[in-house]
Amino acid sequence: MKILLNNKEEVIEAGSITISELLVLKKFTWKMLIIKVNGRVLKRSEYDTTTVKDGDDVSVFHLITGG
Amino acid sequence: MEKNFPAIVRDYLSTCTVGIAGCGGLGSTCAINLARAGVGKLVIADFDIVTPENLERQYYFRDQVGKLKVHALKDNIERIDPSISVKAFDLKLCSSDIMELFAGCDIIVEAFDRAEMKQMIIETTLNDMPDKHLVTGCGLAGWGKTDILRVERLGKVIVCGDQVSEVAPETPLTAPRVGIVANMEANEVIELLMQKFLKENEDLTK
Repeated sequence: MKILLNNKEEVIEAGSITISELLVLKKFTWKMLIIKVNGRVLKRSEYDTTTVKDGDDVSVFHLITGG
Repeated sequence: MEKNFPAIVRDYLSTCTVGIAGCGGLGSTCAINLARAGVGKLVIADFDIVTPENLERQYYFRDQVGKLKVHALKDNIERIDPSISVKAFDLKLCSSDIMELFAGCDIIVEAFDRAEMKQMIIETTLNDMPDKHLVTGCGLAGWGKTDILRVERLGKVIVCGDQVSEVAPETPLTAPRVGIVANMEANEVIELLMQKFLKENEDLTK
């Protein structure tokens, strides 16, 4: 399937994948993240249950220290 | 447009309540400018005291070193406008505090230093206060690069900053850049408050 990941087209060798699996696959190792799927911000408890499907638009933001 | 529109806007803002989580570089400057803009009620929280190093970028003064930041900030706001109500809470915020202290706020500003605290407040608002707007600051270390500072609106979570600049020995926090992001946060707050006002008072701008 093809998804949009941070505005870049990515081909994933699966029909669907959970957010947690996507983070591992794409090596997002940063602990502090905000993830948006098709415009909706996910809660951390949803990472294991939310699946990404063909055509989905996923954005991963890093939370950065400083304030 | 009515002649006294600015006065009407200030009257409206004086009825608004904004919560500010953290009173360091982001929170102190954001609070001061929300006060100057006329926001009438502020709820501020922080557990720290003012140090000499804080004066490099935070809105405090030499004679306030050693004071609790929330008390010093309340004093500074009241010196600008004594009619502003400032509720100051001296504590390290946890999720349940956020829900309790900021329940009555129109908007919450995230002004923490550490990423894990930023994540905690984002998750708390998303999980437990889904109707509340949260304005956060993310990526503001270093100097220059004004052109990459931006605002990203993720539903009710609004992220101000460049989303990349981390604090490091070669990119310390500096007053101008922290101040810009603090004011981006304050500006987003005013915009959200005014969107609501203008929606309810369409006739005023015709």
